[in-house]
Amino acid sequence: MKKKLAIALSAVMLAGLIAGCGGGNNSNSSSAASASSASSAAAESKETEKKTEDTAKAETSSGKKWSIATDTVFKPFEYTDADGNFVGIDVDILAAVAEDQGFDYELNSLGWDASIAACQAGQADGMIAGASITDERKESGWIFSDPYYDATQCMAVAKDSAIKSFDDLKGKLVAVKTGTQGASYAESLQDEFEFEITYLEDSPTMYQTVSGGQADACFEDTPIMAASIKDGDLALQIVDGSENEGSPYGLAIFNEDNQEFLDLFNAGLANIKKNGKYDEILAKYLG
Amino acid sequence: MIDIISEYGGLLIAALGQTLLLALLGLFFACIIGVIFGIMSVVKNKVLNVIARIFVDVIRGIPMIVLAFFIFFGVPMFCNTILHLPDKVTLSGLQAGVICLALNCGAYMAEIIRAGVQAVDIGQMEAARSLGMSYSKAMAKVIMPQAIKIMIPSIINQFIITLKDTSILSVIGFPELVNTAKNIIAINFQSFQVWAIVAVMYLIVILILSRLSKILERRLSYGEHRRKDER
Repeated sequence: MKKKLAIALSAVMLAGLIAGCGGGNNSNSSSAASASSASSAAAESKETEKKTEDTAKAETSSGKKWSIATDTVFKPFEYTDADGNFVGIDVDILAAVAEDQGFDYELNSLGWDASIAACQAGQADGMIAGASITDERKESGWIFSDPYYDATQCMAVAKDSAIKSFDDLKGKLVAVKTGTQGASYAESLQDEFEFEITYLEDSPTMYQTVSGGQADACFEDTPIMAASIKDGDLALQIVDGSENEGSPYGLAIFNEDNQEFLDLFNAGLANIKKNGKYDEILAKYLG
Repeated sequence: MIDIISEYGGLLIAALGQTLLLALLGLFFACIIGVIFGIMSVVKNKVLNVIARIFVDVIRGIPMIVLAFFIFFGVPMFCNTILHLPDKVTLSGLQAGVICLALNCGAYMAEIIRAGVQAVDIGQMEAARSLGMSYSKAMAKVIMPQAIKIMIPSIINQFIITLKDTSILSVIGFPELVNTAKNIIAINFQSFQVWAIVAVMYLIVILILSRLSKILERRLSYGEHRRKDER
């Protein structure tokens, strides 16, 4: 009897300890984050596989460090260059806007699906990942910034492919990336041109299925496709006339509470367009 | 939750069907591979033992996701661009998935079979041989039946693991349950609901499998264990 009582009491104590520690950790994490931002601003930011921390300079308007998510490989908007640095148009625009507006942020390269999930779950405040502004997305809860780049979607096939138009797709397999405009474009054509679709997680895997012969075509955003073919020795070619109307890219948030960040971004974007920094960034990556 | 089930239920069921198809095909070939390499590792021939050992070590040493990418992308690329074979070699998602599952599960099955055979008392083989049975007859008639009974729980365990491992093949675009779930979430952004439904779907299938295995085990060991009401 005594032994059972002892065990029961120690179990209750353990449970209380764990609950206490867990609750304490949750409330401490925000203060820990701000403490770490101060220390990381001083120290060199280390590059790990998924995270790159870019902290802006001194004056912060609200003092909050914004957590922004982005894709892993979406050249030239975000990608890792030959030296291992995470760079791209999105990365540079965000840095320029942050400098202009004076806010702190943290850029995490999570991947396309993971970024959306993180924003919805509240782990990230927004995402900048070459996301097209569309009405469907706006209805689904995406809140976009002002557009910062115009892009269309196109179809690409292997260099030695016989496919010259959508009609040649009959009975073939098309690779797309989950949740992208390319995927929507392909889905909108699927019934008319009678092809199968397979969904991959990221752009490089999608390109590989086409160049490796596992799929016959892929749909991707035109600037990305063009840049990847030019720089990456990718054995693909864009099919002429396959481009759609397209829509511009925007930074997206999923929570209305973060509207403040959107306003900051829009203001900063307007400024960098005016002072030429925007054109500088585009020229750097698009030549 | 209900509206997700009604709107995407058909898609999810179809995806579950694909998952089960992949798992069944994979397991079928895995059994064949497992038995071959399992027998190879228990016979007296040293060469066969070594071959089996290498196979098991190599496959067990590679994570299945790496194996999946390797078979789906790597092997065709090797055949086409490095070896320059005349016809373009390509594997469909199903083919690559089945090969990957068969190899992976087969390696583990080989080990299970080896362990099962070696768990049978050595006295059995000695007794069978001293009765005049040849090695292969002894294996077939005396050792294997006992070994199989020992192996059944582990084999069912491996089946269940393989069924769950089909989810790894979402990375090569095979339209199984996880891949389909991701697409649905890309449309409606209901992460929690969709993943909860998918989890329950896997759970139900695997629970059914576990129950079947319990029945199988009970059938095979009928009369071996003392029942509670006996003395």
